Amino acid sequence: MSSNEVPSREVARRVFAEEFNDASYTFKESDDERAPVYLLLPTGEKANRVFLVGTLTEKEDVGEDNEYWRGRIVDPTGTFFVYAGQYQPEAASALRDLEPPAYVSVVGKPRTYETDDGNVNVSVRPESISVVDATTRDRWVVETAQRTVERIERFDQEGNEYGRMSREEYDLPTDRYKTAAVSALQSLEEAGGDELGGSDGADTADASDSESESEGSDADTASPEPNA
Amino acid sequence: METKAEASETMSDLRNHAEEIAEQFSDHLDIDADDVEERLQNLVDEYRVPVDEARRSVVNSYLDEAGLDRDELGRGGNEEVHLADIDQDEQWVDVTAKVVELWEPRSESISQVGLLGDESGRMKFVSFTTSDLPEIEEGKVYRLGNVVTDEYQGNFSVKLNRTTSIEELDEDIEVGDDATTVEGALVDIQSGSGLIKRCPEEGCTRVLQNGRCNEHGNVEGEFDLRIKGVLDDGDAVHEVIFGRDMTEDLTGITLEEAQEMAMDALDTTVVVDEMRTDLIGRYYRVSGPELGRYVLADDTERLNEPADAEAVLIKARSI
Repeated sequence: MSSNEVPSREVARRVFAEEFNDASYTFKESDDERAPVYLLLPTGEKANRVFLVGTLTEKEDVGEDNEYWRGRIVDPTGTFFVYAGQYQPEAASALRDLEPPAYVSVVGKPRTYETDDGNVNVSVRPESISVVDATTRDRWVVETAQRTVERIERFDQEGNEYGRMSREEYDLPTDRYKTAAVSALQSLEEAGGDELGGSDGADTADASDSESESEGSDADTASPEPNA
Repeated sequence: METKAEASETMSDLRNHAEEIAEQFSDHLDIDADDVEERLQNLVDEYRVPVDEARRSVVNSYLDEAGLDRDELGRGGNEEVHLADIDQDEQWVDVTAKVVELWEPRSESISQVGLLGDESGRMKFVSFTTSDLPEIEEGKVYRLGNVVTDEYQGNFSVKLNRTTSIEELDEDIEVGDDATTVEGALVDIQSGSGLIKRCPEEGCTRVLQNGRCNEHGNVEGEFDLRIKGVLDDGDAVHEVIFGRDMTEDLTGITLEEAQEMAMDALDTTVVVDEMRTDLIGRYYRVSGPELGRYVLADDTERLNEPADAEAVLIKARSI
């Protein structure tokens, strides 16, 4: 039956910058030339696609003959590097038009390259880049913390082949990613209701939606007056 | 008195066996319970064979006649189940269902593939060329005897096979709406989204590609709006189809406005480009019935409220 199914789309993994940048090992699961390439995440998961949300702090056209945009996108744990050129026209034009700082979400593929001194750097080749608001960014932080914690929980389970692969390839303690997830969550709590872009970050298309949403949450948080 | 009572008990016992056997073979052979009872009675009364052994022998002779293996008979009188209750792989069951949709088979080995529906919900079915079964028609209701359940990545389907009986019923079924709810980030909008044209032929509504309908060739299409999106929660992906109403709600672009945008730009793709900009990379919760690999959005909510950091924090600290 499975051979008649459409090949399933690769899930976009949620991973914080700290863990993503620690990854370096890539592999394929079939000899087929066009088989997907996976980046092995240190918490024991394969990633052919990632979804990330953070603050675009810098962008620069680093191309020589053609446009080649590099963006720095910051999350509570570190910095993602995204590169978009002529083969990613939509993402490249999004980067060209964006003014940092801005909250952006990125769907993209992990890419690795070896530097002259033999280190492996990881970056993201974006499929799409969108401007988002603060609630989307906060939702991503919570979701990414949750997925990270779930991976750490599964890490040592029997039959978790990517956990085993990670121990062989990296031998990094997963504790640091748990600590990173916890501090990312705490950073949200500290920010409280006074979040950057919370009021002006909502895009116009959804302005009416977010208005009604915030009215609703006001009503929820207002403590009812006791009837004496 | 006693022997008479015993005798009549054996009689009704034989009758029950006969009816069960006739039912078991009703899909394969043209036999009635009287014939079966006669054969049983002959063995039991004339040849003093115990009832169990007689039944076994009669079943075997019918199996020979039908050219079947004992396995293929199922375990005698399958359970008639509702589609929504199917939750195990490789179960032999009977279903009564309406053919909701037929799809284009992707391989030579498949003769028919599509969607069945009953009061409880919908489920994919497959029928293989080698089974040599009569074709079933969209919109009709059938009693399908002896189908096998199949599981692929948590999704269940039923397979028709060469022992499957197909009986068309003269009735209609109100196909149940097994709505599901999925949420996640919208990570992609697929081709065939935005301002599209559909085939105007009666009952066709296929989406045109370069002005051509797969079935009816070049036709003057009718404009419509639709989004085929991918929701991804970091663990699984769900393909979602937003029809015209949902698309208008979600994007704030009406069909008329979309047509104007396309006319101004002399290009229909400006519409989907604008939708991508508005929608991709945000979180949504979508409910609706599942149709094959798609969820048909009946209800869509953009997730603007803050997520619950506390629960994750507690979990993180507990490991």
